Parts: sequence; structure tokens; C-alpha cells
Amino acid sequence: MRTELSEFLKSKFADSLTEQELFRDQQSFVVKPDSIVSVCEALLNDENLEVKFLADITCVDWLGHEQEKQGRFEVVYNLYSYKHSYRFFLKVRLDGESPCVRTLTGLWKGANWLEREVFDLFGIKFEGHPNLTKIVTPDELEGHPLRKDFPLTWEQPVFSWNKDDPPEVRNER
Amino acid sequence: MSAEKKTVTLNMGPQHPSTHGVLRVKLELDGERVVTAEPIIGYLHTGIEKTMESMLYYKAIPATDRMDYLAPMSNNLGYCLAVEKLMDIEVPEKVKWARVCLVELTRVASHLVWLGTHSIDLGAMSMLMYAFRERELIIDLYEACGGQRMMTSYIRIGGLASDLPADFEKKVRNIIKTIREKMKDYDKLLTENPIFIMRTKGVAVISAEDAINYCLSGPMLRGCGVNYDVRKANPYSGYENFDFDVPLGKNGDAYDRYLIRMEEMRQSLKIAEQAIDGMPEGPYRAHVPGVVLPPKEDVLYKMESMIFHFKIITDGFEAPVGSVYQAIESPKGELGFYITGDGTNIPRRVRVRPPSFVNLGALPILTEGHLLADVVCAIGSIDIVLGEVDR
Amino acid sequence: MGLEEKIPDSIILTSLDKMVNWARKRSMWPLGFGLACCAIEMISTFAAHFDLARYGMEVMRASPRQADLMIVAGRVSMKMVPVIKTLYEQMPNPKWVISMGACASCGGVFNNYAILQGVDRIIPVDIYVPGCPPRPEQLMDGILKLQEIVEKDSLKKVHEEWGRKAV
Ligand code: SF4
Repeated sequence: MRTELSEFLKSKFADSLTEQELFRDQQSFVVKPDSIVSVCEALLNDENLEVKFLADITCVDWLGHEQEKQGRFEVVYNLYSYKHSYRFFLKVRLDGESPCVRTLTGLWKGANWLEREVFDLFGIKFEGHPNLTKIVTPDELEGHPLRKDFPLTWEQPVFSWNKDDPPEVRNER
Repeated sequence: MSAEKKTVTLNMGPQHPSTHGVLRVKLELDGERVVTAEPIIGYLHTGIEKTMESMLYYKAIPATDRMDYLAPMSNNLGYCLAVEKLMDIEVPEKVKWARVCLVELTRVASHLVWLGTHSIDLGAMSMLMYAFRERELIIDLYEACGGQRMMTSYIRIGGLASDLPADFEKKVRNIIKTIREKMKDYDKLLTENPIFIMRTKGVAVISAEDAINYCLSGPMLRGCGVNYDVRKANPYSGYENFDFDVPLGKNGDAYDRYLIRMEEMRQSLKIAEQAIDGMPEGPYRAHVPGVVLPPKEDVLYKMESMIFHFKIITDGFEAPVGSVYQAIESPKGELGFYITGDGTNIPRRVRVRPPSFVNLGALPILTEGHLLADVVCAIGSIDIVLGEVDR
Repeated sequence: MGLEEKIPDSIILTSLDKMVNWARKRSMWPLGFGLACCAIEMISTFAAHFDLARYGMEVMRASPRQADLMIVAGRVSMKMVPVIKTLYEQMPNPKWVISMGACASCGGVFNNYAILQGVDRIIPVDIYVPGCPPRPEQLMDGILKLQEIVEKDSLKKVHEEWGRKAV
């Protein structure tokens, strides 16, 4: 499946596939943000590969790491093919200013909540999402807690006390 | 209610006895029928992922216990396997077998709690008492192993926290024997109980296509006949050595999921029995200096081990730059840990793929058009743990 | 040589305080809601093996209007804070609160943005039960300690307390 998959992506999406990596036996492909929906659609509908299962959507914040140069946020799509029992990852690199990518809710309804969670915790906008609202954090909370510049113990709304400085102050330093 | 608006909005939870914790469901009702049911979550958001990203790899293990607190060992296992993959550690055979044994008993314990709470929602009060009585046996085993009743943190990176207790085998065999015996009672109480069948058959139905489209996993997915079990599809921790069946359902309703979980408990007992029969001898931790803690006995008597112990506890170890994902079959479904190392001793990202979070996303389609009373049955049959949904 | 000798056996003399406290102590109704892992231990306490019913406290009430003991079993997230406050205010007086577990008492292992660092910041707590999670025996001990507190209460003091607690 490994070679088939990279052949498939190379032949069909030669210009949107920017990078391939293999780490600990796990294959990941970095694709351009605007092509993620078409890549997923092709994988889902391909009769040979049958990538039917979107296991997870998540995000990594590379703030302050050398990887940040290629894009601060890395949205990771975790895909799985039941037929081949094979798992691989699609990654999308986004800049830190206004991270935005197309939604996958048209292909998988399960993407709805997964994307909402990424939006809530990282502030990645998913264009075309039917209901992109907060999901786990309280409505009063401003900011996106899983970003690296959000302090761990910054409490919002405040009921007890705050040990850290507020997020904005930390940003300036 | 105005004349045009035909539906009533009803708020269920966050404090409601049958939402299994602090789930809130916003219901649109047309008389007794549910038009839409929208789960609202986050009432137990604990920031566990962020906490784990601020700690050494070792120190995050207790936080994993507290996610799916009905199956602490499964969480430990998932996290430790992921870190082991990241650090490229191979664990001894004995550790694998002991882990399988413990994790399968954890599945039984988790399903017992589900059985008790699900049936109490449907009106079978005595089931809860029976289920918790039997669960207590497994909890005792946890206590013998890890010293704690629920939050054991017994499975560690590269091995176990300590060697298996001396009477481990006796205890496990006793558990297997007792629960096998009691399962017959459960069957008599519920499986053929006409009230229970009426409350669950044909309720909360989901088709196979929808289940895949909603990214479900675990008994929710297998209930509609899709054969996907991580233990079989991508074996981890030596599951390829065990002989067991994966029960499948046909109709995808609450009753099928009930049957599947009951059968899973029997299969888990079978696996645990195989594990205890074939448990190999050997060390309980891998020997990887600088990454895996040396055994406690050595730390007390050997200088070198003590230095490593001190170093790992204070500084941890440095992980390479890269991401790994390790999925395991937890009692609720596919539990995955996505860990990104960035060359330092704390992880850049620890993402948990929570099975009950994804499964709960299908609640609207499960309840659409059903009666209000069936919402309770649907929530129960998804088997959610709010600690894992919200993290 | 007093009044006591003159009255028949079937009559017991006591102070109103004592009688009311005795009745209250033996018929406490906990509010049946759990938050996190500690709730499972709480259910264990109520279930077959440990059987809290021995102390006359097993009637879990689903509605706060009928309960007089709140067991905060688990971590309180920021989103849950207003809910807990409302629930507490809905309970009729006199009412007591047990904070069960490290999280409810002080935030426990989660010193972060999402968890309230101790439920006593929003509602008055009578008994803290330590542990993560506390063993069922510990919770029972906490409840028995609470019963001692209730026993010593005086109606007068309780009245004053209501004024204080209601603020
Ligand atoms: S004190 Fe421990 S067991 Fe209780 S809710 Fe907190 S983490 Fe869970």
C-alpha cells in the first residue's frame, strides 16, 4: 500500500504534494492547503485504495521552533483504509497570522466536531464549516488555549487567581 | 408556545442522572418526538492535553489515567506504546503479555460499569449493584498491582511500574472464574428480558454507511457489521499471539451493541486466560539506559542505576523531532495518541484521539425522530465517558 | 426525684435541638450528581460492596430541590462553575457540602486554565475528603464526620448560618 499510495498522490496531485516523509514506519504527506479537499475526495473515492476512515484531525503549533519557518500551524489529517489496514497522514502547513483551510465536512460528517475542536483550541478557521463555534471551552474564554503562547495557568473567566501574565503581555516579550 | 412554533426546546443536563456525568443535550421536541438533539460538551474540559505538553514524558502518565477513568490501564497503554514508538523501544515479552492481560480485564471492568449504568437508565436497578460487585474484584487486582484503586499508572514507558504481585495468577483466575459464572446471571436478567428488549431493539439505529461517515469506532461501528478492531487490523503489544473473535452486529441498534459488549467481555476473559497461561518469565522493564527507568531493586543497590534514575526523573529524555500515532482498541473504540517530539524533553504536542468524543458526535442521527425516552437509551448505548470527551 | 419519674416510659424528654439534629443526621439526602473520576468511587460507595445505606444516607436525589447534601465529586471546570453555583443555590436550607477528592478541594493535579482551583472559592465547604480518588472508606469517614458536625449544630446557630450562607 505504501508505494501505491505515493504513486497515486504523485501522479494525480504532483503540484500540490510538497513533501513526503517516513518516520517510524509512518507515512505522511504534506500537501498545499487549497488542495486538501480534492486530495481527500480522490482518496475516498478511489476503488483501489478505499480510504474510508477519517480517524482524526488535529493540529501542531510549532511556535518558537525552527519548523515555524515553514508555517506555524500544521494541521494533521489522520486517514485509514479498512481494506488495506493502512494508516497515513496528510499534513497542511498554515501561517500564524490567519490560519485557514477548507472544511472536510462535505466528505465526512464526523469531521464536524473534530474541526470544531481544532478551531476552539487552536483557532484554525475551517472555511465552509456549517457550525464553526466553540465546543469545549467556556464561551467567555478568549484566545485559544492549546496555542503555545497561551499560558498554562491563565484562568478565564477568573474565579480563583491567575499566576501567569495574561497572554497578550507574554506575546510582546 | 406561540401558534407558529410547533416545537419545544428542552434542556437536559449538565446535571442529569442519566447523562453519565456532565453532558448537556439540547433537544427540540415535537410532542414526544425528538426533532433534533444537540449535545453540548465541555463541562469537564480539563486541559489535559495542554498539561501533558508542559511535562516530561514520564510525568504525563498520571494524566492519562484521568481521561477515561473507567479504563485507566488502556489509556496508560496507549500513551506508553506511543512514546515507546517515538523512542524506538522494544519491551520484553513478559511485559507485553502482562499488559494484554491487564488491559483485557480493564475492558471487562469498563463494560461492567457501562452495563450497570445503561441498565439503570432503562430501569433495571439491581444490575448496577451486581455489576459494581464484580467490578470490585478487578479493582482489587489493580490495587494489588499499582497500589491504587482506580488511577494505577501501572503501565510505564518501557515496562511496568513494578513486578507483578505474587498472587497475580491466583487473583486473575479467580476473576475469570467468578465473572464467567456471573455473566450467566446477567444474561438471564437482561438478554431475554422482554422489557429490556423492547427498550433497546430498533432504538438508536445507525447504518453502516452513516457509521463510517461519522468516523465511529469500537462497538458503535461493529454494531452495524463493519469489521474493524484495532487489535486484529493492526496488532499491538503482541495481540497477534492471541486467539479471539471480534463480535459483529447486524442491525446497528442499541440491542446489538449490548450483545456485542457482552460478547466482548467473554472474549476478554478468554484473552486474559490465555495471557495468564502463557505468561513468559523475564524482566518487567526494558533495558534502555537513559530512557527507561532502571528497576527499583537496582536503584537501591547499584550506583549506575541510581544515576540513571536520578537523571531520568529530573531531566527526562530527549525525543527526536517527529510525530508518531499509536492506536489501541480501548473499551470505547479506537483510542489514539498522536505525539510530536521536538528535540527537547517535553512533547510539542500530545493529541488524544478520543473515541467517545467522536462517537458522541453521532447522537443527533441516533435520536432523530425517536421518542424522548429513547434519548437516554441512545446516550447509554454510545458508552461515553465525559472525562475523555472533554479532556 | 423529679418530673422524669412521674412520666410514663413511652415519653422521652429531650431538647428540640437534639431531636431535630438526630433526625437530620440520619436522613441526609445527597444530590446525585458526579463530575469526574471521583464520581465512580462515589457510585462504588453507594453500590453493593461498600453499601452506604448502612448509615441511612443512600437516597440519592436527582433534583437539587429535594437534597440537602452536595457531594462535589470531581474536578470543576470553568464552564461548570455557574452550574454548580446554581445547583447549590437551588438546594433548600439547611445544606451541607462535601468536597470529594483533590481536584474539588484544591485543583489536584490540574493546575491549569480549565480547572477551578478548589470548589470552596464558589460555595462554602464543610468537609474536605482528600485522595485522588478517595477510597470509598474515606468518603464514608467524611460523611460520618459530617454527621458529627450536624449533631452538634444548634437551631439558633443554624439560623445565623443561613443568613451567612445565603449571601
Ligand atoms: S481528585 Fe483525582 S480522581 Fe478525583 S476527579 Fe480529580 S483527578 Fe479524578
